[in-house]
Amino acid sequence: MKLALNTFLFFNLAGIIRSMNYLHNIGAYFLMIKQIFRKPTKWSVMKRLIFNEIDDLIIGSLGIVAFISFFVGGVVTIQTALNLTSPIIPKTLVGFATRQSVILEFAPTFISIIMAGKVGSFITSTIGTMRVTEQIDALEVMGINAINYLVFPKFIALMLYPFVISIAMFLGIVGGLAACYFGGFVSIEDYIIGVQMDFIPFHITYAFIKTIVFAFLIATIPSFYGFYMRGGALEVGKASTTSFVWTSVMIILSNYILTQLLLSV
Amino acid sequence: MIEVKDLHKSFGGAHILKGISTTFEKGKTSLVIGQSGSGKTVFLKCLLGLFSPEEGTISYDGKIYSELSGDQKSDLRAEMGMVFQGSALFDSMTILENVMFPLRMFTKQSKSEMQERANFVLKRVNLAEDDHNKFPSEASGGMQKRVAIARAIVNKPNYLFCDEPNSGLDPKTAMVIDNLIQEITEEYNITTIINSHDMNSVMEIGQKIVFLKDGLKEWEGSRDNVFKTDNEAVTDFVYSSELFKKVRQMYLEERV
Ligand SMILES: Nc1ncnc2c1ncn2[C@@H]1O[C@H](COP(=O)(O)OP(=O)(O)O)[C@@H](O)[C@H]1O
Ligand SMILES: [Mg+2]
Repeated sequence: MKLALNTFLFFNLAGIIRSMNYLHNIGAYFLMIKQIFRKPTKWSVMKRLIFNEIDDLIIGSLGIVAFISFFVGGVVTIQTALNLTSPIIPKTLVGFATRQSVILEFAPTFISIIMAGKVGSFITSTIGTMRVTEQIDALEVMGINAINYLVFPKFIALMLYPFVISIAMFLGIVGGLAACYFGGFVSIEDYIIGVQMDFIPFHITYAFIKTIVFAFLIATIPSFYGFYMRGGALEVGKASTTSFVWTSVMIILSNYILTQLLLSV
Repeated sequence: MIEVKDLHKSFGGAHILKGISTTFEKGKTSLVIGQSGSGKTVFLKCLLGLFSPEEGTISYDGKIYSELSGDQKSDLRAEMGMVFQGSALFDSMTILENVMFPLRMFTKQSKSEMQERANFVLKRVNLAEDDHNKFPSEASGGMQKRVAIARAIVNKPNYLFCDEPNSGLDPKTAMVIDNLIQEITEEYNITTIINSHDMNSVMEIGQKIVFLKDGLKEWEGSRDNVFKTDNEAVTDFVYSSELFKKVRQMYLEERV
């Protein structure tokens, strides 16, 4: 079996060449990361760029994040309540289950995938458009480190991303509360008791460590795909799609690795 | 003055520039002409330091680019202005902000000084004051080109590079832009290099002409000679339209 696998790998030359291409991309990605912090742009200019990015990436996402969190929180509560039919299970479990799934998984990971779509494709398409219209060349001609100029402010803005996720956590739990209130599955008191039950502070730490890692991925992977693209408007669209796919893949993989590392000890 | 010696540039396996040598003088507009795909843009981007050639040297008033330190390169870059083919204005900034941008990045001027200088160059390229606060997307192609020129010259460059400055413009506007570049070149004694495939430009402003073909310098000379040369590749390019063929016929008959 193993031999067959090896032979398969050995003869799959196209695959090997493709994976060399991946290796090349990974190398280029890390070189870009290094470049983000080199030869910084004048602070007076950078300050304004950072504020613009906070506005575009963070403030601009609050609406959709609030909307999704509130309703998904509600749905988690309803489903848990409807599945707990046995009378020996306490009703407080509904609040507990909602809190755990919102804090551990839904807010940090699910919202990050949404953000990889919303913010990520915005980043790839704006940087990619700057590439195809030679605006990046224009920056470089002036002797500006275009990677620092374009990516650093996004990186800093996304350091506020945990703030977005806190809002998602809060509204998810509030959404569950609202579902209890309007649907009458569990009493509000039971829900609130459940939300406060067996609280482990490390879970919050774990969630925010994930969040910071995801923020880094959402800032850098889409920037990479935008910055190094070639071609025209069509390629900008393709680059946005590719960047979304890879950002989500990396979010899911790092989620798995971080969970294994942080929770299974 | 810019001196280019034996410039080679490849991408992957594709050899694009195959050994180009020439010089461009100060206070003159030199034209690099040739068919689409002949390597004009790549050549210009090598001169700008955006691409690093594998072989050959480029010297700017005696300073050889590849021998400069990082800081010296940056200083030299600050002396260059570039007008891109599609203008390449920053679309998140207004016209005035675009023109002030190089000053904001590279000078310690106060805001009012920068504004004054930006207004001055925008006036020089004949842009009405009402348009200063428009965004590039709200400006016409000709206006965008003027702004691009204003941005390129705002920091008083010694070298000005223009990649097909009149592509996508109507013939009248194209001529206005061409003449503007030439006037500015003489006025501020700049070494100007223009990529073009437009014969009108050649007739209007070409003080020196370099003809590229398949990554090689096929021919160089003065504007007058470009119409007289026997080089087939050049005449083929120059007289590609019927009108120009007629002009040449008349010209030759006149000479006899
Ligand atoms: N960044 C690049 N990577 C690979 N090939 C390029 C790149 N830029 C230009 N080329 C190739 O170089 C050749 C010359 O292009 P270019 O200089 O843009 O021509 P021109 O400006 O004369 O129309 C073209 O075949 C083009 O495909
Ligand atoms: Mg070109």
